[in-house]
Amino acid sequence: MAIDRQTVSRTAFLSRLKIDDDKIDAAENEFNKILNWVEQLNEVNTDDVAPLTAVNENALVCREDKVTEGGQADEILANAPMAEYGYFVVPKVVE
Amino acid sequence: MAKITSLTVHETLDGLKNKEFTALELAKAYLAAMEEKRALNAYVLETAETALAQAEESARRYRDGTARALEGIPLGIKDLFCTKGIRTTACSHILDGFVPPYESTVTANLFAAGAVCLGKLNMDEFAMGGSNETSYYGPAVNPWQEEKKLVPGGSSGGSAAAVAANICAAATGTDTGGSIRQPAAFCGVAGIKPTYGRCSRYGIVAFASSLDQAGPIAKDVRDCALLLNVMAGYDAKDSTSVKTETPDFTKALGQSVKGLKVGVPAEYRPTGLNAEIAACWDKGIKILREAGAEVVEISLPHTRYALPVYYIIAPAEASSNLARYDGLRYGLRVPGEHLDNMYVNSRTAGFGVEVKRRIMVGTYVLSAGYYDAYYLKAQKVRRLIRDDFVRAFNDCDVILTPTSPTTAFPIGDAQMKENPINMWLNDVFTVSVNLAGLPGMSLPAGLSANGLPLGLQLIGRAFDEETMFKAAAVLEKEIGFERLK
Repeated sequence: MAIDRQTVSRTAFLSRLKIDDDKIDAAENEFNKILNWVEQLNEVNTDDVAPLTAVNENALVCREDKVTEGGQADEILANAPMAEYGYFVVPKVVE
Repeated sequence: MAKITSLTVHETLDGLKNKEFTALELAKAYLAAMEEKRALNAYVLETAETALAQAEESARRYRDGTARALEGIPLGIKDLFCTKGIRTTACSHILDGFVPPYESTVTANLFAAGAVCLGKLNMDEFAMGGSNETSYYGPAVNPWQEEKKLVPGGSSGGSAAAVAANICAAATGTDTGGSIRQPAAFCGVAGIKPTYGRCSRYGIVAFASSLDQAGPIAKDVRDCALLLNVMAGYDAKDSTSVKTETPDFTKALGQSVKGLKVGVPAEYRPTGLNAEIAACWDKGIKILREAGAEVVEISLPHTRYALPVYYIIAPAEASSNLARYDGLRYGLRVPGEHLDNMYVNSRTAGFGVEVKRRIMVGTYVLSAGYYDAYYLKAQKVRRLIRDDFVRAFNDCDVILTPTSPTTAFPIGDAQMKENPINMWLNDVFTVSVNLAGLPGMSLPAGLSANGLPLGLQLIGRAFDEETMFKAAAVLEKEIGFERLK
């Protein structure tokens, strides 16, 4: 499946990354090289194979649903590029 | 006596116990060595103040007789591990100035056992790379033939370089597709990627969560065992950490390999395998056979699909994990007119080329219409790769292979730059182990004709690091590899 400029731009948009117009061709070319290479997986018959989502299947441990470490707003905000009045500050989103 | 910084961890512990030197003298010796070797660019942050304070506490504990398992051992910490109050960036511009308010479980375990933090080690950005060249802070340099400016491997390049150059006693690393084992091989040191679930991933900056695993990089096999003893263990803060006993891994060292079945996979010897690497592998096979092990030919038929599977699954998981970097809560923020512009501007300025490449690939293979063709397909082949190992371990107890198809290459190598896939092929012998969740270890196995380290890899059954350690100790003793002093 070769992909085109439009798909590259759309993927960049979904990734929240900007690709300069003069670099889209190079990105498209590279993207196709990578996809061609991974498409060798189509040689493998996986008709009756279940996807492996975790190597230690059924090993998940449950715990009681209660707060263990709460009330740390100051620590959480300490790394914020902008914070005010105990909140993260973002550019205006509502007109 | 040799320089104290040349000692292994177990030799250093002996020296401290026998009062040949104090923990404070030791820390100072390492800090001086670090300063002398700054050209290696192995550390992205030196934490002298923390190191000296911890070393003083260690010195006191030796005097009081309350020394812990790794009391006073100076460690370098890969910059992927969150360290409380100490800048952690995953060597990415996007985490500029991030100071974690919490400590990763693995480093917490190490410091609770008395280890001393010398600083944060260089690595490929977000652990994505095989040469340490994607680091925002520039590449670390391999201490072997330093004047040639070879890569230390990656992603834990700073860790392997620092251990080899004796500017830490041992280091932490992480391994998603070979990131502990390949740099260990390139730098002539030992490194182990434990079974998935053996070490907690809590507080380790996430790359590909179903593959990431922390482990030690150290000067020898015993040091790896000593460190893993402390790093491993169940942690309620990581839902994939497995509730199982952590054995004393050092007990496996020195045990006989008589009757042990060592698997040698045919698929790891493709036509065109570098002759020196093949010869090194043969030497390893011979050593184990002469020590009484039984060598069995095994087959891992889906080996050739491991890299393409990896380069779907790892970017997919990475694109999801790295969605959190939005310029909002921590790290770099590049202003934008609207919220969405701010996200785009921050991410575009903050991520490097390789990270962006993988986010794009991951986003694409997870996007509507392509999910089944790529991601689901890769997960199915991943099962076949895992099943190959399950079958192989019916016939053998441990597997022996080379660690990497090449030795260390020059920084800025043209062939690697030409096509990203050339760099990815470096992980051809290591990546299956992550996909299958098994333990793997690299140990130094000799030098190439041009004097560069070669590595041998051992692969064990899940949660059977001990058999790996047993075989590794026999190989190490017989090989007698000479570390840099």
